Amino acid sequence: MVEIPEELLRRSAEAKAKALGLPVEQVLAEMKGEKPPAEAERPAEAPPGTVPVPGRDPSEQVEAIMSAPEEEPQPEAPQPATPTPSAPTPSQEAEPQTAPAAETEPAGAAVATAVEEEEPTPPPAGNGARKATLVEPRPVAPPKGAPEGVRTQRLLTVVKARAIQQVKAEPADKVNTWPHLMLNEFVALLVMTGFLLILSVILQAPLLEPANFNLTPNPSKAPWYFLGLQELLSYFDPQIAGVTVPTVIGLIGFMMIPYVDRNPSTKPSDRKFAIMLYTFFLAGSATLTILGVLFRGQGFNFSYPWRDGVFFDDLKDWIHFTE
Amino acid sequence: MANGDGRTGLLERVQEKTTELMDRVRGSQFVESVLRPGSPFKKGYTDSPRNRSYVIMNNVLYHLHPVKVKRHGVKLSYTLCLGGLSFFLFILLTITGIFLMFYFAPTADRAYADVQALSTDVAFGSLVRNMHRWGAHLMVLTVFLHMSRVFYHGAYKPPREFNWVVGVILLLLTLLLSFSGYLLPWDQLALWAVTVGTNMAGFVPVFGTQVKFALLAGVEVTAATLLRFYVLHVLFLPFIIVIFMAVHFWRVRKDGGISGPL
Repeated sequence: MVEIPEELLRRSAEAKAKALGLPVEQVLAEMKGEKPPAEAERPAEAPPGTVPVPGRDPSEQVEAIMSAPEEEPQPEAPQPATPTPSAPTPSQEAEPQTAPAAETEPAGAAVATAVEEEEPTPPPAGNGARKATLVEPRPVAPPKGAPEGVRTQRLLTVVKARAIQQVKAEPADKVNTWPHLMLNEFVALLVMTGFLLILSVILQAPLLEPANFNLTPNPSKAPWYFLGLQELLSYFDPQIAGVTVPTVIGLIGFMMIPYVDRNPSTKPSDRKFAIMLYTFFLAGSATLTILGVLFRGQGFNFSYPWRDGVFFDDLKDWIHFTE
Repeated sequence: MANGDGRTGLLERVQEKTTELMDRVRGSQFVESVLRPGSPFKKGYTDSPRNRSYVIMNNVLYHLHPVKVKRHGVKLSYTLCLGGLSFFLFILLTITGIFLMFYFAPTADRAYADVQALSTDVAFGSLVRNMHRWGAHLMVLTVFLHMSRVFYHGAYKPPREFNWVVGVILLLLTLLLSFSGYLLPWDQLALWAVTVGTNMAGFVPVFGTQVKFALLAGVEVTAATLLRFYVLHVLFLPFIIVIFMAVHFWRVRKDGGISGPL
């Protein structure tokens, strides 16, 4: 139980003492000492003579009050107000909140609460239909017409005992970004720069003859990352290879992966099908691309690179099978 | 060994003077104002957890990295740094690209000659052009491998679904950037590769002809296409991709940093 500040406790005790006609000190001692605060507050809600109902956990009621705003936003609010003849004044603000909340609670809690509240005021006919209506008379319970505002305030104190936002941060094994991550990144960056520099010194980017609209090279090939698609185009209708595969499978399909794959596990052993599918895609696209880059010669016909040479200008300086 | 002693004395004195000078510079008002508290380059920096936090917190990098990261996320074997390298290649391509822009006019009669002149007339022109071209190919590769890495780790699962979608868009934009740059040298390779590529765009249902027309600024590759691809390549697509990258990096942090181990 979270510590309730002294002044709040005192204010609460004063209100309760006024309601019950007891000395303030006694109530305060009761709240602080022998009984837990939630237990002690019950007489304020029920009349003094009421026998505490076994099985009614005070925390359950607190739960009900707490969860009231976030569960059903009072669809039943008007309903419970009608049937009771001894209905409380409309100004009682605690009531419409409590009623729907008790309904959404597990039946046990709601009934237990209801039974207790039933005793002081016998319910009118038709009351048994809804559990919420049973709970409803509770605000009438205080005998000496305690001011409503005071009670609401006391309930707020109880809500404060549990935070509305439950922080669920688990302690994680963390290290400082500087220097542990930044150094790694810096090394990776240097390695990449070095690699690219060496590559650029060794390999000359291709530059063929000036563009000539009247001279179509044979074969004409797309950039390598589209060559898998161009390869597909030589097997299938353009509608399939040029449209369906890249846009439907390639783009929309990939974007939808997280929404289609509902399996929450990230363990490879639980994701055999997903991993198989992706590996299949990887192998397929790699095969198609390699076929398109190396094994397609004149007229985009099948050819062996070691026999007919490489028909891909970006790679001309890289691979030499025939001199 | 008088000679050796003398040299040691000189070295020491030079070292002393250098340290003194460095301290003066690092303690100056200007340097103090440039470096934020906790910078490892600041005078009197000590390696403490507090200062390590400050390095990130008081830094422009705070927008990219949190102060602390999960220990497994630091392991090179987990991410292979592929996302970071993709971003770094993008920066490298921007720098080399700006260099190339100084020497390139996107017109049909000048483009080819300009690219040719890069190899002969411009200092480091050939090297920078090669870096730009191979870097672009590498970036397509690293982005693709990054996507594969994320898939195999299941790192697209809640709450990271949307960031995966952003990532797929980034892959598409990377491909488009590379493809739009392909035409710029205005040689036979560029012309016909783009012809083949845009012919595929013509098969788009319903809007096929319109898409192709918008891409090519005509019904076939012409001089107008060169200008269109140039603007797409140096302005429009980088602008779009930077926005998506900002969202991507931001979401990486907001979705709880790097995903957990397998």
